[in-house]
Amino acid sequence: MTSIGTGYDLANSIFSPDGRNFQVEYAVKAVENGGTSIGIRCKEGVVLAVEKVVASKLLKPGANKRIATVDRHIGVVYSGMVPDGRHFVDRARDEARSWRDTFKTPIPTADLASRMGGYMQAYTLYQSVRPFGITAIVGGFDSELEAPVDGEVGRGPSVGAGGKNPDKKHGGPFLYMIEPSGLYWGYYGAATGKGRQAAKAELEKLDLKGGADMSLLEAVKEAARIIHVAHDDSNDKEFELEMSWISGADGPTKGRHVEVPKEIREEAERLAKELLQDSSDEDNDKSSDKMEE
Amino acid sequence: MEFGTSGKLSEDGIHLDMDRLKKGEVNLGTSIMAITFKDGVILGADSRTTTGAYIANRVTDKLTRVHDTIWCCRSGSAADTQAVADIVQYQLGLFAMNSGKPPTTQTAASIFQEICYANKDKLSAGLIIAGWDERHGGQVYSIPLGGSLHKQPYAIGGSGSTYIYGFCDANWKEGMEEADAVNFVKEALKEAIKWDGSSGGVIRMVVLTAKGADRHLYLPDTDYKIRHT
Repeated sequence: MTSIGTGYDLANSIFSPDGRNFQVEYAVKAVENGGTSIGIRCKEGVVLAVEKVVASKLLKPGANKRIATVDRHIGVVYSGMVPDGRHFVDRARDEARSWRDTFKTPIPTADLASRMGGYMQAYTLYQSVRPFGITAIVGGFDSELEAPVDGEVGRGPSVGAGGKNPDKKHGGPFLYMIEPSGLYWGYYGAATGKGRQAAKAELEKLDLKGGADMSLLEAVKEAARIIHVAHDDSNDKEFELEMSWISGADGPTKGRHVEVPKEIREEAERLAKELLQDSSDEDNDKSSDKMEE
Repeated sequence: MEFGTSGKLSEDGIHLDMDRLKKGEVNLGTSIMAITFKDGVILGADSRTTTGAYIANRVTDKLTRVHDTIWCCRSGSAADTQAVADIVQYQLGLFAMNSGKPPTTQTAASIFQEICYANKDKLSAGLIIAGWDERHGGQVYSIPLGGSLHKQPYAIGGSGSTYIYGFCDANWKEGMEEADAVNFVKEALKEAIKWDGSSGGVIRMVVLTAKGADRHLYLPDTDYKIRHT
């Protein structure tokens, strides 16, 4: 048996002397090899998108979905090891279900992110398990309406809700990203996987937190464009774009997490390719400018 | 102890069981109610606790806090309802800490319902949940014996409530001012106490609004006219 390295990377639950957990860092490496996933949060809702690298020409286009619905109003996309992601989604669905069982109300996105962050973290502690090889992006829209208790028959009385503050808004769009360490933060725009650097650079250019917020449809177009920008043509030729979105009750998805309709996705992808073509033409023009003197 | 097959089924299909309560059990033969008004909700109750004919406590507090502005009125077995309220109080405290915001009345009501329904064979608990939260304002939920959940503009319960259905139907108004609402609850409970043998003692109330919880106490010595603290 050859001994390479310090031995501090052989198990979870052992720190290296400088305070690192190598198993978690290797899990991050697994994520960095996965297809790019992004999430965009705007006032009207959340868009999730993923670059699906086509592993084989025998795979049926559009048949293998990578974005999952966890509850009516919450979607998850992830980069890294797909089977780990599937397990993550299973667990998230269990959490959402059990929340509904006890509280008779949909789980708020923040609470799901917290539960799943805790779950991922637990996999960095024990000898018997390895960390998740994924970074997950969780998008959701917590209802801005007054929902009845789940399963309540009828609407209850319309009278008698005294002492409300009618100006105060509730619910809204939320976006979280959870890393293999269990670390999670809320984001305006999140990116992970292979093309995360390029995608983050593009996301930062968008005005996501300003008062002049982009529409959900614009966010879909931006998401398509960013996945195309982040795609590395030289290494993976073929890829498929998968996108989902969640709006409020008065938006196109009526508060549900659903796949972006085919026509809208295709239009967004056409625009993305067009923009990419234009910018590469510009680059060519610039280089030819330089050649002249 | 579970309920046995005591009592008898008469010819007309009515099952009469005088020994429904467990032996020696303390019963809240009660008058309780909760109403919504302009700024929130008011809970009200009498204060009599009986073991059979004996008044075990004449100044009982049947209005129980489960969170800052979510309270419940308890009727049925004192032990059962206290135990259920304790569990819910713990759950809501945990919920508030975990989520960093106070729970809604709906959340409280559904935890109550879950417990009451899952253990319906063992419990004798008739509860009224009332609370104020920022999102929904004042709300009243009733959970009668089987563990069903009903959202209502106002709810009355306990043995004394049978005498005041008409009074409440005639006098409850939507969006009452606080003083009028307090007066309505007081008059209703006075009537219930007057007619119901197992209700009596003082009248207690809790007013829940954006400002928090405010307790009222009215004594029979002064015909429930003066508010004591």
